[in-house]
Amino acid sequence: MSIVIDNQTPVLVQGFTGRIGSFHSKEMMEYGTHVVGGVTPGRGGTVHHGLPVFDTVKAAVAATGAEASIVFVPPPFAADAIMEAADGGLSTCVCITDGIPAQDMMRVKRYMRRYKAENRMQLIGPNCAGVISPGKALLGIMPGHIYKQGEVGIIGRSGTLGYEAASQLKALGIGVSTSVGIGGDPINGSSFKDHLATFEQDLQTRIVLMIGEIGGPQEAAAAEFARDHMKKPVVGYIAGLTAPKGRTMGHAGAIVSAVGESAKEKVDILRECGVTVVERPSEFGSTVGQALSASP
Amino acid sequence: MDIHEYQAKKLLADFGVPIPLGGLAYSPEQAQYRASEIGGNRWVVKAQVHTGGRGKAGGIRVCSSEQEVWTAADEMLGSRLVTSQTGPRGRGVYRLYIESVAEIDREIYLGFVLDRETERVMMMVSAAGGMEIEQVAENDPDSLIRIVIEPAVGLQSFQSREVAFALGLDASIVTEVANTLKACYRSFRDLDATMVEINPLVVTVDGRVLALDAKMAFDDNALFKRDQISELRDKSQEDPREMKAKDRGLSYVGLDGDIGCIINGAGLAMATMDMIKIAGGEPANFLDIGGGASPERVAKAFNLVLSDENVKGVLVNIFAGINRCDWVAQGVVKAMQDLDIEVPVVVRLSGTNVEEGRRILEESSVSLITADTLAEAAEKSVVAVMEGARI
Repeated sequence: MSIVIDNQTPVLVQGFTGRIGSFHSKEMMEYGTHVVGGVTPGRGGTVHHGLPVFDTVKAAVAATGAEASIVFVPPPFAADAIMEAADGGLSTCVCITDGIPAQDMMRVKRYMRRYKAENRMQLIGPNCAGVISPGKALLGIMPGHIYKQGEVGIIGRSGTLGYEAASQLKALGIGVSTSVGIGGDPINGSSFKDHLATFEQDLQTRIVLMIGEIGGPQEAAAAEFARDHMKKPVVGYIAGLTAPKGRTMGHAGAIVSAVGESAKEKVDILRECGVTVVERPSEFGSTVGQALSASP
Repeated sequence: MDIHEYQAKKLLADFGVPIPLGGLAYSPEQAQYRASEIGGNRWVVKAQVHTGGRGKAGGIRVCSSEQEVWTAADEMLGSRLVTSQTGPRGRGVYRLYIESVAEIDREIYLGFVLDRETERVMMMVSAAGGMEIEQVAENDPDSLIRIVIEPAVGLQSFQSREVAFALGLDASIVTEVANTLKACYRSFRDLDATMVEINPLVVTVDGRVLALDAKMAFDDNALFKRDQISELRDKSQEDPREMKAKDRGLSYVGLDGDIGCIINGAGLAMATMDMIKIAGGEPANFLDIGGGASPERVAKAFNLVLSDENVKGVLVNIFAGINRCDWVAQGVVKAMQDLDIEVPVVVRLSGTNVEEGRRILEESSVSLITADTLAEAAEKSVVAVMEGARI
């Protein structure tokens, strides 16, 4: 088992024929993801990578039975693409696009509330590396070879820092059940907490590694959730110890603007909630390893 | 992106926010002329710089004659204003805003921000205007009224009225204050702002409502659709290193340390800086060269990082995901051959094609220090900078 997707999930690519969408579609197909087609408005009826292209998500879903999509649409049009996915009846949408205006995302989140919770699409991202369940499927842009299949669930904001953690795990022979990137934007789809809840239910996952950063309330909310609702151990890291207040560190969301948003404050909250803290970013592997051997 | 007070006032006035009479000046003569144009016998001369805390730093002066206005302008123009928020370098004063002085009865704090918890715009109002909002929030949190605005319908009249009455304002000006709140919200929404702050919004002795100060910040990601905002950028207010980076499409934040960082990905960049700190060093900058680190980008990054005189060593940490270590290695070698680099350079490559990348670094003639892990890279760069030696 894994969370979000497996190798049976039929996947659509939004922005299928663009340079970036095209490249990563191929990578995903080679990894074993069940890509069934793509959407590029105006290119409907053509064939790309041997798969059908559609003008709209609804037409693509009707023809292929797709359940998930991945968005590679440029920032000005990405919010619209996400809403189209939500309205098209997909259950999961991963948005890779970096640079979507915050108020566009605010509108997306508001729009998605029109669907009842049980019918509402799960949005992952934007500005994220996507989802990988090693050995099964890739709905993202991460390099598959750095992940070993195993029992650690990973949730992180950053792409390359997630790679760093996964490769440290692999070097120690530790594998990953699923790795989810929730993205570095201030307003995003699924949160750390949402994925902690699904990892808690996932039979393959024994332990969860949460890789957070400065800014925003999500890491603290997740730590409280872990304390109150989880049996599985959670290991956490917060990047940005050296980040000055009020400056955006690359990710639009990585800015300390309120009380409780600095790395030190978040680490304290994690500790208080019983989360094992990774002290330094060179110790993802060893800390997770110790936590694994300590848990039954 | 930040803009100046006078620019924010102009934008807000277009939405219906009442502002005092005022005019911009680039010279003492122009300042004096503005004062005579505005009329009256008291004016305030305000330095236009991208920072708060101007008043305490001498950036705002009240003058009682046109001659005083001239003198104040002469002293302020060309100076650097150092406030509690600017750091020791301060900000250059090249523009002044001359405004008529209001007789104040009440001062109100008014702010709009993007609230990440509710994922909506939040309005904050306090009767303690003129004070810094952080202080109000700390000393008297209950006095801060917070209203979360539903994006589908916007700020409603009743919500604005509730706030106005809660502030204990006279019934005769409640409508005007409520309209001002709504105007600010519309400007926030229509211009893709991330912050609108009027501190203070005042009620004058003769019962008028006026925005005495105004701050606005905008979402960089939305500038593509806001031409009239992007042209308000004032490069003189930016850190020269950051300005250079921005113009080259790199994400850079200048810091005070001496180890220059070249890293791909914001999270890995922050983590690497933390690692440097843990190893006993101080990073000179945050720099994310992006996921696809091409040789050209690596060269640009070297140029940028080395333009900081404080840099005594460089740490390159690239985790190649979709790109390849051999390409990055070629970029590093080329940059080091083309540029005259006199400080030690530590390179750590990881991920796709790492063996090939390391081989290219080893076989090249350039002198650099290689590292296999994050910890090793940070430690080696700290040691190299301490020794000040080229290996």
